[in-house]
Amino acid sequence: MFAEVLAALSKGFLVTLELFGITLVGAIPCGLLICLGSMSKIKPLKAVLRFIIWVIRGTPLMLQLLIIYYGPGLILGSNWWGSGEHGRFIATIVAFIINYACYFSEIFRGGIQAIPVGQQEAGAVLGMTKSQIFFKITLMQVIKRIVPPMSNEIITLVKDTSLSRIIALQELIWAGQAFMKSAGIIWPLFFTGVYYLVFSGILTVVLGKIEKKLDYFKV
Amino acid sequence: MAILEVKNLQKKFGDLTVLKGVDFSLEKGQTLAVIGASGGGKTTLLRCLNFLEIPTKGQIFVNGKLIFDADDERTLTEKEIRQNRLNFGLVFQNFNLFPQYTAFQNIALAPKLLAKEKPEFAGKKKAIYDEIDKKSLEILNRVGLSDKKDFYPHQLSGGQQQRVAIARALVLSPSVLFFDEPTSALDPELTGEVLKVIKQLAEEEMTMVIVTHEMQFAREVADHVLFMDEGIIAEKGSPEEIFTNPKNARTKAFLGRYES
Ligand SMILES: Nc1ncnc2c1ncn2[C@@H]1O[C@H](COP(=O)(O)OP(=O)(O)OP(=O)(O)O)[C@@H](O)[C@H]1O
Ligand SMILES: [Mg+2]
Repeated sequence: MFAEVLAALSKGFLVTLELFGITLVGAIPCGLLICLGSMSKIKPLKAVLRFIIWVIRGTPLMLQLLIIYYGPGLILGSNWWGSGEHGRFIATIVAFIINYACYFSEIFRGGIQAIPVGQQEAGAVLGMTKSQIFFKITLMQVIKRIVPPMSNEIITLVKDTSLSRIIALQELIWAGQAFMKSAGIIWPLFFTGVYYLVFSGILTVVLGKIEKKLDYFKV
Repeated sequence: MAILEVKNLQKKFGDLTVLKGVDFSLEKGQTLAVIGASGGGKTTLLRCLNFLEIPTKGQIFVNGKLIFDADDERTLTEKEIRQNRLNFGLVFQNFNLFPQYTAFQNIALAPKLLAKEKPEFAGKKKAIYDEIDKKSLEILNRVGLSDKKDFYPHQLSGGQQQRVAIARALVLSPSVLFFDEPTSALDPELTGEVLKVIKQLAEEEMTMVIVTHEMQFAREVADHVLFMDEGIIAEKGSPEEIFTNPKNARTKAFLGRYES
């Protein structure tokens, strides 16, 4: 029985892992673009992006997921996502990337805006170009500032992946819960917690190491 | 011929005219102290001369050559301005060292980036970088910090940070070095070491413009003193003239506040 549970949970965990990885890889560049847009001199673009960020950060991810998954079918009469597990996965990815890109963009914006303008000015009077100033001076300081809040978001994402259970994506929680119905046992559900703990534990260590690496200077 | 000549420099921020036409010139090797009440436009003047603000009107000459004219588009391009900046160095009130680089790296960074643009760089990278390293070390030594070479800014005192900042400006061999209240962010016991370095530069005939509230220091180190008031140069003269026998009523009132 244990082996069977382990196999099922591991299969679910793989979906969780995929969701986690793709969200991260998608949301970081999207977040950067949204961040740049939200600081843009083009007022309408800035206003629209700030509004979207406000809505996304002010409403539950679960709600966003439900709307994105069921919305097209119920409102437009056509299910964009396709049927079955694949469709659910795509819809989840889209919802998660949008959500996390908005959170990341605000972290990036905070990190960039926290750099004192004197840093750029010091570079400018030393004859540096705008791109030299960005790559040689600002970037490292921004990275240092965003690593701690990014770490928090990344750990949160590990646990947020379970929200996709609401549209029956066959991730870790779903896999654990399946045994309640099929075998009337609850311990597999509890056991999913071990996966989350180990995974977020490993990430905490790795992210902590990165943070430590940047300890050699202070901003 | 004057190394620096400023003609009718004006700066507006929206409706606020901060510089109302500043004229002065500076001979090579001289030290000019700029004093004046808060809000008089001293910082704005230095920022304009280093093109951190673009003057609304006026001209700047270096060694007799017009490098900037607010009415001449050609002197306003980004490329031109970047080139012009290299005539000058600026030491900020709050140092603005780059926190992720050591004292030494702070000094060597800009010359290395500039060296990359030179046509001869490709073949001689190592020799050029070695030369820059050597020069950076020499200058670090000149400000008395060779033992702090590998320290990061947060590991240095304010006075040491400001000396690194001075070294960082010096390494590019600017024609004129500007200081904006170089000691006013420092604890009183740390101002001495920075003033000493500046004094030493004055003795070595570095051309400098120093905005300062340290009247005693201005008196000792400056060849000329400008009193700036509400966006104009209200009075200029030798330290002797300005400090012992000011003619302008506002200069008198300003200096009166520093007495006793
Ligand atoms: N970017 C700006 N936008 C609008 N007003 C500005 C700007 N920079 C400076 N000012 C205004 O210009 C005036 C002169 O400021 P400035 O900093 O040049 O004075 P200062 O002589 O250096 O004073 P302090 O002795 O306090 O350093 C002030 O009234 C200030 O508010
Ligand atoms: Mg000032």
